[in-house]
Amino acid sequence: MLKIENLHAGVEDKSILKGINLEVKAGEVHAIMGPNGSGKSTLSSVIAGKEEYEVSEGSIIFEGEDIEELEADERAHKGIFLSFQYPVEIPGVSVTNFIKTAINETRKAKGLEEMPAKDMLKLIREKSDLLEIDRKFLSRSLNEGFSGGEKKRNEIFQMAMLEPKLAILDETDSGLDIDALRIVANGVNKLKSKNNAVIVITHYQRLLDYIVPDYVHVLHDGKIVKSGSKELAHELEEKGYDWIKEEVGV
Amino acid sequence: MDLKEKLLSSFLVFENQSEIDSYVSDVRNDAIKMFEKKGFPTKKDEAWKYTSLNKLLKEDYSVFPKQENALEYRDVEKYFIHDIDSYKIIFVDGKYSSHLSETTHDGLDVCLMSAALNKPKYRLVIENYFNKAATTDSLSSLNTAFSKEGAYVHIPKGKIIEKPIQIIHFSTGNESATMLQPRNLIVVEENSHVQIIECHQSLTSNPVLTNSVTEIFAKKRAIIDYYKIQNDTQEASLIDNTFIKQKQESIASVHTFSFGGKLTRNNLNFYQEGERIDSTLKGVTIIGDKQHVDHNTLVHHIEPNCESHQDYKGIFADNATGVFNGKVIVEKEAQKTNAFQANNNILISDKATINTKPQLEIFADDVKCSHGCTVGQLDESALFYMRSRGIPEKEAKALLMYAFSNNVLSSVKIPELKLRITKIIANKLGVNIGFDL
Repeated sequence: MLKIENLHAGVEDKSILKGINLEVKAGEVHAIMGPNGSGKSTLSSVIAGKEEYEVSEGSIIFEGEDIEELEADERAHKGIFLSFQYPVEIPGVSVTNFIKTAINETRKAKGLEEMPAKDMLKLIREKSDLLEIDRKFLSRSLNEGFSGGEKKRNEIFQMAMLEPKLAILDETDSGLDIDALRIVANGVNKLKSKNNAVIVITHYQRLLDYIVPDYVHVLHDGKIVKSGSKELAHELEEKGYDWIKEEVGV
Repeated sequence: MDLKEKLLSSFLVFENQSEIDSYVSDVRNDAIKMFEKKGFPTKKDEAWKYTSLNKLLKEDYSVFPKQENALEYRDVEKYFIHDIDSYKIIFVDGKYSSHLSETTHDGLDVCLMSAALNKPKYRLVIENYFNKAATTDSLSSLNTAFSKEGAYVHIPKGKIIEKPIQIIHFSTGNESATMLQPRNLIVVEENSHVQIIECHQSLTSNPVLTNSVTEIFAKKRAIIDYYKIQNDTQEASLIDNTFIKQKQESIASVHTFSFGGKLTRNNLNFYQEGERIDSTLKGVTIIGDKQHVDHNTLVHHIEPNCESHQDYKGIFADNATGVFNGKVIVEKEAQKTNAFQANNNILISDKATINTKPQLEIFADDVKCSHGCTVGQLDESALFYMRSRGIPEKEAKALLMYAFSNNVLSSVKIPELKLRITKIIANKLGVNIGFDL
């Protein structure tokens, strides 16, 4: 589904990603862990198509197509979804209107008609129930004054509505209490299928108790320095990241 | 002959034609003298520093349209908000169009200024209100000198008028350049409530210059909601002079939506002559190309315990220029005044300009006054967030701009009008998305 080869990227003159190789197949869950500043968020932004990052080398192939030249919205239309570490507040646009616009623009891009209002309403009801979201919440301005937990739940609600092929969850666990974490993880697990894939980017292992990865990768200084099974996450939790640094000799 | 000379000599002909009682005649004669003395404002006048009329005044305007220009309803239907039951006072090239209008004298007067100026039964109203709110600045004086036609609305005591009143001034421009000077008088007596929607619409590519004066009187506990839709062609320019005198406990709001036009100048003046008065001045400006919109507001707090709320949003693209000059005067007697003013602007292009200037003159010591202006760009991180959800750049920008204006739009009390404005905005931004919130 996603194949990243020798990816180098950065902002202006500063290089952040220094040769990433990663392959994610349909049905898989990958976790990317690493200390602060290792390039985790940059990697997710580059895959989603944030303009301020420049790719200097390497390629990102999604479903057999090089997506480097595609705009963020075109990547979204192809089925890439990024759950933001810090969802942006947009006063004056309600959660409902935002998601309606996102769905209908995606349908438009695919040459489909707008979703009938009745179906949209049904879908919103179904997915907000899945994430235990109060209806009143949906008419509020997007992310404005939301608690950390509400913001993250809203991200996964949008993911549930858009049904992406590849979901990248960037630090979705930060700012969540244990109940919210369980609801969010449960939502993600219910959306998982053999046809889609998830990349979980996280600093800590605790989210991975709920969303169990098939592979764990450790990112350090813009490179994946170690990959392994879910046990690697436990090892990191126990020993910290210094152990990895020593082992790989950095 | 320049426009000033042309107007001065036209006045002699104009005065000769009219059979008018002496009160109005005196007012007009004083006004033309005032205009003669002051002339058109120039950039040397502090209040006109950022808006130049020079280019506009060079056109050879026809001052009195000669032809009768009949319009068919189907040709202008789209300019009406026709899904609401409303009174309509419609003018074509400055002349009243009876077949497009729907006026009344049944318990209230929704009719014509010419009738009010000429008929003896209105003499008292005219003597009490005509030119009693307008100032003697040169453009208002010019309008006063030529005041002849416009909307006249008189709501007697204790009437809640359910039907909004639409006032539309069409210009057909059959005579190349046209200058229009409509004059409106609105008197709302105690405990009455009225909603008015006003627009100026050119139907031609010939230049049109409108110099309009509207005087509004809100008596005790009256409620007035006035909406101005400025979505004219890019050959049409408008100088709108609106004066509102409020008595105690009255509530008056003016919303100005400026999307079209070549040059638009809004002189909006509120005078609070009583206690516990509430005044609201709000506006959304979305312009591009070389369009120019200037909001020049005044709120004069004269008595204690009153409030004023100003909220103006501006979005400027291409080479567009905007001006906001908001003056608030709080007199020494006007203790416990709450006066708020906000002017927020977004510049979409490097070549767009906004000049914003709050002016507070506060002579009372126990007041709450705030003002703030911001100039910024669209939030890049918000744009990326929206685009990462599949909303293309143009639509994402439009949604952000709409959201930016939403504070002002949300206080429009006529749902059909709000919908119309929303559609104009979507059209202006070139998108086809629902902004429904």
